[in-house]
Amino acid sequence: MNKVMFFAHLRDAVGEESVSVDLTGKTVAEAKAILSEQHGINLETVMTAVNEEFAGDDDVLSDGDVVAFIPPVSGG
Amino acid sequence: MNFEISKEPIDTQSIIDKVIQREAGAITTFIGTVRELTAGKKTLYLIYEAYESMAVKKLEQIGREIEERWTGAKVAISHRVGKLEITDIAVVIAVSTPHRADSYEANRYAIERIKEIVPIWKKEHWEDGEEWIGNQLETVAYPTGKPEESDLDE
Repeated sequence: MNKVMFFAHLRDAVGEESVSVDLTGKTVAEAKAILSEQHGINLETVMTAVNEEFAGDDDVLSDGDVVAFIPPVSGG
Repeated sequence: MNFEISKEPIDTQSIIDKVIQREAGAITTFIGTVRELTAGKKTLYLIYEAYESMAVKKLEQIGREIEERWTGAKVAISHRVGKLEITDIAVVIAVSTPHRADSYEANRYAIERIKEIVPIWKKEHWEDGEEWIGNQLETVAYPTGKPEESDLDE
């Protein structure tokens, strides 16, 4: 299983800080498609972090990986 | 702990103290504060939120990048989260280096990098509404689904 985390407007849209989904063997792009579909959110311009490091769309997820969708940041 | 996300008001002097070193001839301090007017619109207050564990890692990465680029640099950064009022301090960056030019440059580099790679978001609250900044306008797009290669750690 995988923990998937949402922040900022994505968390507001999903209504949860995180959900549990099995994404083992899926690519980041596939994970985005699955979560977009499940929660009706647009993840096209969103970065993805796997285990707290930025990941590419082609990276493959393993069991237990923590996935976080990172909207364009606005700190500073 | 030179790099931290703070739920409490930031004490600027304590951040400066972290970069004091005998080799330094300069310390620059950047203090980011909450501005009232943005494009003519009046902000009442802000909420900052962070993916804290990753944000600390990315601040540490910025520190390493600076120490690699500017020899002898020492860096400390604290970014606030929670509700901030107008004029409150959102971020403090202190950089010490042997010579002043490097200190200015490295400090500028730190704030620009924060705005690129550190997972922190602000929600602006106005009299007539609220909005997470950096989202719906989609002024920043990542067509490949990730930041550019230069934004990635090592």
